[in-house]
Amino acid sequence: MSDWRRAGNLAPARTAWSRPAALKWPESRLGAPARTERGRIATALGAVRVRHVVVLAALIAYPFVVPPFFTFQIGGQTLALGLIALSLSFLAGYGGMVSLAQMTVAGIAGYVYAIFGTTATTDGLTLGWPWWAASLMAIPIATLAATLIGWLSVRTEGIYTIMITLAAGMAFYYLVHQNISIFGGFTGFQAVAAPEAFGIYWRDPLPFYFLSLACALGGYVLIKYTARAPFGVALQGIRDNPRRMAALGFNVTMHRIAAYTLAGFLAAIGGLLLVWYNALVAPGSVDTKALIIVLIIAVLGGFAHPIGPFIGAAIFVLLQNFAIDVVDRLSGGLGLRDRFNLVIGGVFLLIVLFSPDGLLGWWTRLRRRFETAQERSDPRAGR
Amino acid sequence: MRGWTLWWWIAAVVAMVAVSAWAIANNPFKFVSSLLNGITAAALYFLLASGFTLVFGLMRNVNLAHGSLYLLGGYLGWIVADRTDVWLLGVAAGFLSTGILGLLLQVTVFRWMQGEDMRQTMVTIGLSIVLADIMLWVFGGLAYQLDPPRLISTSVPVPVINNYSTYKLVLLAVAVAVGVLLWFFLARTRVGMMIRAGVDDRAMLQASGTNVQIVFALTFAIGAGLAGLAGVLNGGEEAFKPGEDTNVLLFALLVVIVGGMGSIVGAAIGSVLIGVVQAFGLVYAPTYSIVFTFVAMAAVLAFRPQGILGAKA
Repeated sequence: MSDWRRAGNLAPARTAWSRPAALKWPESRLGAPARTERGRIATALGAVRVRHVVVLAALIAYPFVVPPFFTFQIGGQTLALGLIALSLSFLAGYGGMVSLAQMTVAGIAGYVYAIFGTTATTDGLTLGWPWWAASLMAIPIATLAATLIGWLSVRTEGIYTIMITLAAGMAFYYLVHQNISIFGGFTGFQAVAAPEAFGIYWRDPLPFYFLSLACALGGYVLIKYTARAPFGVALQGIRDNPRRMAALGFNVTMHRIAAYTLAGFLAAIGGLLLVWYNALVAPGSVDTKALIIVLIIAVLGGFAHPIGPFIGAAIFVLLQNFAIDVVDRLSGGLGLRDRFNLVIGGVFLLIVLFSPDGLLGWWTRLRRRFETAQERSDPRAGR
Repeated sequence: MRGWTLWWWIAAVVAMVAVSAWAIANNPFKFVSSLLNGITAAALYFLLASGFTLVFGLMRNVNLAHGSLYLLGGYLGWIVADRTDVWLLGVAAGFLSTGILGLLLQVTVFRWMQGEDMRQTMVTIGLSIVLADIMLWVFGGLAYQLDPPRLISTSVPVPVINNYSTYKLVLLAVAVAVGVLLWFFLARTRVGMMIRAGVDDRAMLQASGTNVQIVFALTFAIGAGLAGLAGVLNGGEEAFKPGEDTNVLLFALLVVIVGGMGSIVGAAIGSVLIGVVQAFGLVYAPTYSIVFTFVAMAAVLAFRPQGILGAKA
């Protein structure tokens, strides 16, 4: 049909009707090509800045200075949710595809783990495999499911993606809700056993925190690396102009599906962490609210950088635990105690209305204000 | 390529006829009642999806708060019908209140972010969360039901199955009437012509001197009003309660994805397909009915990514 239909979507081609896209895509900063192994390591080490070391040291020191509640409920949950949101952030930021089914992928990993692993449900629903075998089933199956969802949704473009992935996620919710023989119906699986290995019970606050931190760090580095790898660069090219990339000989569909697979892998790991954290997986873990929470987290932080989803997750978890008390105290007897969704929905609305590129956008704007005039004249800064 | 598509269609139709023949021979009562249920469910889906698809077609705005408007229309219609004891007033209130809300939303929020699809969609997601929580706050977790007049809340004799709910048939009639009215409005009136022109080329419509903002606001009002109308009408058949908003949103999404975004006729075809598939699934394989509807969607997308009647994206 008419050309604006395509242009009106996420492609940056400007017509009279499509203003600059609201969502700021990350810029691909290509370092100098590293040819030798030593050169590659040097480049990787050269990318480490003082701020990385400081943040990492703070994250490692964190559980030793706060009470276990903050280690487990705040820290662990933030990192697990952040990892799932990172998968969405990668798809949206580098691939231009906003998928609402990332929590579904995480939920599939959780369900598969529960089905093969050990839970309180004893009537033949769970197979009682050891944790590592169940995990080895869960991650590939969830990644495969993510690939299938991707295959289905990349056939269409832009705004359609959000609807098809939402429909897929909701369909999975109704499936697990209605099916009792495999998915345990409404109650799902209770008391899902977390792994116990090397004499450590990994659901204890400290081990769980460091396990989540390791996974989150792995995911972060993986995304950072992918963004500069040929695949990631091609993906960003496809995000910006799929037609031109197709003309250059890139297989647009395969790149997009592969992005879903990679994101699905991260979401699957996040889903495993989440099922260990909650010790249960039920339809409530994959309902519309859960799907949208991932989007809220990713948008709160901003798509522009892989650290965004973790910042968003920290804000979300803090709001979830403390905002209601504050709001309740401030509003007196208005009965706002149960209105968490109102608070989080309101915060989300404020962010999308006034700062579409999330909190990272504020950060960039602040930084840009303090930049020197010379840097401001850099053509890239004006993007 | 075209030949293959044709053969696929023929194979699908043959398979469908064979399965139907088996089902009729097996249990005609079950078959006819499922078919009627499917078509009357399709009526509701059409009311929902036509507004959704109209708004998308013109403004590229995927209104994920459509389900919330549906629920809100139901609640407000219930209040009015409860206070005045006039059912029709309740229906009118459901339509008008959400229509006005839609108008306000378009004028105060969406017109300022025209062309930013993704941002608009996220705003509608935020709105749906906030609206759902406010409605839960005000109306509580109870289920509400709207009593239609006695005249249409009985049942009428229907061949094969003895009795069928009059109300559901009225719902079907209303949906058909709305469909015809929409067609007349879009095909025969000046404003309808502007909307169709806008669907094809917004920039050109604006360039030729039309105040597109008025057309947009009107379209959004009609789309939102239809959602409220669907809510208040369905409230006479099934109770509405919290959570219903996401439930109906799923069906609106499925219908427009299958039918093709932006096409009213596509919405009609899609709603019949989804409604019938779901009704048969509910009777013949209750646990997996939602999976059937999803498979129907996947099957359509596999062959026509833009939906049955959707324009090529």
